[in-house]
Amino acid sequence: MNTVVADITYRAMLGRKRILLLVLLPLALIGVAGLLRLIGGSSEDTAVTLMKTFAIGTILPLLGLIAGTGVIAPEIEDGTIMHLLSKPISRPVITFTKFVVAASLMAVFAAVPTFIAAFLVVRTESGVAYGFALGALFAGVAYAAVFLLLGVVTRHAVTVGVIYALVWEGLVGGYVPGARKFSIQQWAQSIADQVSSSAFFKADVPIGFAVPAMVIVTVAALLIAGQRLRGLSLTGDE
Amino acid sequence: MTVTTVPAVATREGVVELTRVSRWYGNVVAVNDVTMTIGPGVTGLLGPNGAGKSTLLHIMAGFLAPSNGTATLTGQPIWRNHGIYRQIGLVPEREGVYGFLTGWQFVLSAARLHRLPDPAGAATRALDLVEMTDAKDRRIETYSKGMRQRVKVAAALVHDPQVLLLDEPFNGMDPRQRLHLMELVRRMGAEGRTILFSSHILEEVERVAEQIEVMVAGRHAASGDYREIRRRMTDRPHLFRVRSSDDRRLAAALIADPSSGAVSLTENGLEVQALDFARFTRLLPRVARDTGVRLWQVSPTDEDLESVFSYLIQPRA
Repeated sequence: MNTVVADITYRAMLGRKRILLLVLLPLALIGVAGLLRLIGGSSEDTAVTLMKTFAIGTILPLLGLIAGTGVIAPEIEDGTIMHLLSKPISRPVITFTKFVVAASLMAVFAAVPTFIAAFLVVRTESGVAYGFALGALFAGVAYAAVFLLLGVVTRHAVTVGVIYALVWEGLVGGYVPGARKFSIQQWAQSIADQVSSSAFFKADVPIGFAVPAMVIVTVAALLIAGQRLRGLSLTGDE
Repeated sequence: MTVTTVPAVATREGVVELTRVSRWYGNVVAVNDVTMTIGPGVTGLLGPNGAGKSTLLHIMAGFLAPSNGTATLTGQPIWRNHGIYRQIGLVPEREGVYGFLTGWQFVLSAARLHRLPDPAGAATRALDLVEMTDAKDRRIETYSKGMRQRVKVAAALVHDPQVLLLDEPFNGMDPRQRLHLMELVRRMGAEGRTILFSSHILEEVERVAEQIEVMVAGRHAASGDYREIRRRMTDRPHLFRVRSSDDRRLAAALIADPSSGAVSLTENGLEVQALDFARFTRLLPRVARDTGVRLWQVSPTDEDLESVFSYLIQPRA
């Protein structure tokens, strides 16, 4: 962990247009939850559906994409990363620091709003709010690592990330049960299911698979990202 | 043609060595079998656009792996060796600066990333060195191109590196800033640092560099002091302009010697093609004395860097 790298990365993420997306997406989630409360749709069933499809199914991967790729991909693209790479700091330390920044942004802009949205609809009923907030937190960390890796290995990180989140997790995971096992969203739901006692919700992936998978994916993504950054080639305009 | 006048490098401290380095992208060869030693002093890396200068500089800076061969600094490999950056200051050509930081924050961050004992003091000195103290509290995105360039130089110098690599450093600078940076580069070279800068502007290289390394189409075409390189191009006659008290008599005497090629009489005096540089420079004063002609002016007309460079990139038909 390097505080200078973290400081620059936070400034880049929070001081620019990207913060608008980081703020608008959770605001939309909280707005929908508030609306449901106002129009009387505040049942546990509704809350679970809102969490599964919107909070975990849509907002979380999008935020993961913004935070995970945003902490590194634009710097590689415009060459500003040279400022960090031309210093005597190990490159895995740079990727780890950027991961910590992305993960902390996921905690603030994904996990906390997920809790607030669920709380607005059903308060603390059946532990739905706690469960999905915890699921969003852990999955947010995994998304941060995976999308950071994408940001290092490809200049098309956003496209690849969208395809993974929407096509693999959203579409393939919806129809092919086996694909769900390899979906961060599903792992988030497994954690939520573990904490929540709601009768309206049953996760497809067992917790005994989800948690180790999440840890392995996060650690592996970080290790690979560190190694790939060590071998990153940057060329001039020639 | 490769012309080499390599200076002896006694110690490897601060010496960048490329040994048979090639770099290709798919089927395109950007750098082809280059062996080069850059020691203390100012060296200009010269070549037309697309000659491979930038690729070579990125290999020396550890941002590109050679496809073949080795690149070392002080005997240590450069690629995948982040410790090497304690010795290197790098000024990339690409903008490469965080526009949302102020000049002060940018240079201070470089000092802190180097874990210097007094980062604020080092940042202050570096900004002062490039005359950016007055503008240091403005965001970099409000800077002109020349100011950005200077703040990048300050960040590269903040840890007082032994080796400074600059990619087209004078681009975008106004004439005063350019002169100031040239003076700074010369001074640092005289202090014994290894400074390599790439440029396609001959005048810049001529004014600053003691040594030149010329790249042409990915190959290392020449190395050394450019006047010396010129003298070693024995396949091209040297052109001299000579003004004297009696040009006609001097021409008649010079043409009789085999070291003189064509001699032509012009409004501005004689133009002599010397086939043998050393012999001609001995011949001319002797002939003038023997014929009683007074020499007023003897000037080589194609010994400047521009002529040397054009000879190197346009091989004789």
